[in-house]
Amino acid sequence: MPIIKIHKEKCKGCELCNYACPQQIIKMGRELNKKGYFFAILDDPGRCIGCAMCALTCPDLAIEVAVLGTRYVLYEY
Amino acid sequence: MVNTIFSRPEAHRDIFTHYCPGCTHGITHRLVAEVLDELKIRERAVGIAPVGCAVLAYNYFYCDFAEAAHGRAPAMATGIKRARPDLIVFTYQGDGDLASIGMGEIIHAANRGEKITVIFINNAIYGMTGGQMAPTTMPNQRATTCPFGRDVNVAGYPIRVAELLSNLVTPSYVARVTASIPSQIPNAKRALRKAFQYQIEGRCFSLVEFVSTCPTNWGMSPIKACGWAQSDMLPFYKLGVYKTPDDPIPDAVRPREVKK
Amino acid sequence: MARILMKGNEAIGEAAIRAGCRFFFGYPITPQSEVPEYLAKRFPEVGGVFTQAESEVAAVNMIYGAACTGTRVFTSSSSPGISLMSEGVSYIAATEVAVVIVNIVRCSPGLGGILPSQGDYWQATRGMGHGDFRILVLAPASVQEAANLIGLAFDLADKYTNPVMVIGDGIIGQMMEPVEFPEMTDPKSFKEKPWALTGAKGREPNILTSLFLDPDVLEAMNQRLLKKYRQMEATEKRWEEYNISDHMDLLVFAYGTMSRISKTAIDELKQEGIKVGLFRPITLYPYAYEAASALIEKADKLISVELSTGQMIDDVRLASKGREVAFFGRQGGIVPTPEEVKSEFLKLVKS
Repeated sequence: MPIIKIHKEKCKGCELCNYACPQQIIKMGRELNKKGYFFAILDDPGRCIGCAMCALTCPDLAIEVAVLGTRYVLYEY
Repeated sequence: MVNTIFSRPEAHRDIFTHYCPGCTHGITHRLVAEVLDELKIRERAVGIAPVGCAVLAYNYFYCDFAEAAHGRAPAMATGIKRARPDLIVFTYQGDGDLASIGMGEIIHAANRGEKITVIFINNAIYGMTGGQMAPTTMPNQRATTCPFGRDVNVAGYPIRVAELLSNLVTPSYVARVTASIPSQIPNAKRALRKAFQYQIEGRCFSLVEFVSTCPTNWGMSPIKACGWAQSDMLPFYKLGVYKTPDDPIPDAVRPREVKK
Repeated sequence: MARILMKGNEAIGEAAIRAGCRFFFGYPITPQSEVPEYLAKRFPEVGGVFTQAESEVAAVNMIYGAACTGTRVFTSSSSPGISLMSEGVSYIAATEVAVVIVNIVRCSPGLGGILPSQGDYWQATRGMGHGDFRILVLAPASVQEAANLIGLAFDLADKYTNPVMVIGDGIIGQMMEPVEFPEMTDPKSFKEKPWALTGAKGREPNILTSLFLDPDVLEAMNQRLLKKYRQMEATEKRWEEYNISDHMDLLVFAYGTMSRISKTAIDELKQEGIKVGLFRPITLYPYAYEAASALIEKADKLISVELSTGQMIDDVRLASKGREVAFFGRQGGIVPTPEEVKSEFLKLVKS
């Protein structure tokens, strides 16, 4: 079961994670972080397939991906 | 047991960067840092920052760094690499730095076959100085110094650095990748790893051109900027490997046994 | 070590090797091309690395890079090439790393000619690039002194982590004179530099930059550099006094080749009972104003003699504190004969 961790203070609200997410489950929230950006939130963790494309595309290392149990390697990175 | 499969590489400091939201510089920085970690070369790496948006790159990489004058990073890298061939020397340059003021330096560093790695960010504009036309600016693309769009009759056509350098005979590795398409990011990292491996082997000069976005100066949202890079830049700046050190050397210049 | 007859440019190359320098990045330009040519041949014998750059702009940034690793490194060029290097020198001065730059001066401005000149005095002492910084400038008057000053230049560059220029007119580079070299310095004998870019193994990374966006940080850097230059002015002034007496009819200011021509004229005038002294600066920066002023008090008349339209004369005026300073100089690469100089001195003494 993949776990997506979003460092809200690092997020600049650029939405690229949303652009990259095949499941379209990561979106900009309504809360502002200290810098005044709407930071990203995961609105349906259950549908996350652990592909980590959000983390790959994040320009600010604001997303960490961990896995509980088995992980399906979808591509070599 | 929870195991982390993606987190900040050690070669990238834990710091909030100055880059604009959605700028692909951030992705490229992380890819370079990941490769430095994976190839275990962080502790003997020396990076050279350009003048441009990446002028503060040394704040983000956790390895020795120098700062070159605008366009001169390949020359500075030559000095460092020749003085200390055991170090892994890489430059990180934008299109103004490399393809405009520094064009002489990059061509000759490649032509001398300096065993260095160049990360070249092509975002078709000057970022740090506020959106001026660059050598890679597309025809009719607006910039502050071509407000009505780049006029090829006055400013000529955009320069394709990967193709330009691949014309040199001296063996080298030259590839063009992009981080503007999420699915291309693993390929971009593979090209970077190959480039650094060639340096580790002391084999040849290597350069990876990143077709990148500049949401702020293109006047687009980060996602639209990725779209524009794909629709307008990639057809002209085609992705791929343009030169490898295995390419044959023309007979006319193939080195014969030099009689001592 | 026996003395050997050697061309100035080649002696400069050999002297750098004897000083433990094993890296040179340069570009061909008359009248100094024998320096890269000599090193291209000689460096392989001593494990040195010679690199021909694509331009002087590239060459100065190459020595900047090599200097960042803490090794001894130098370049050489001539007037137009030195102009191309000036931006790089400003960066090197701001980053505080050690380089040596040799300028074998040719007549200018512009493409000028290839004959000797001293027309880069202002550039060397005041105009080597943008911003508040200084470089040490050493001016030899013979091939032997050029060799000696190269060794000194490397030591001073390391001592102050600052660019040092050895400047000679075309004759210094082109003429052959007997020269003796010191023993070879082992390039590995220099102590490790903690600030150098050698790979962050077992230490925090080093960052060598000349970018200081924070004004307080930059001002602190400017003040630190100023302190360094005051230190240079306090301890590194070098000059030669020739034929000085308590009362002189004339005191001549000249350096490099012009000082030698002046000495010949001075010797001849001495036979004729005319007392002419010479003040020859060896360091053009820092200039020995105090020493010059002390001699000025003993002289009726003052004259600056240069292969230019008069540049060092500015510094002579600083030392003369308002007293009039005459000038004699030739340009275009024309080097005056001792007779010509002697008649100028006589004309001034008699007037």
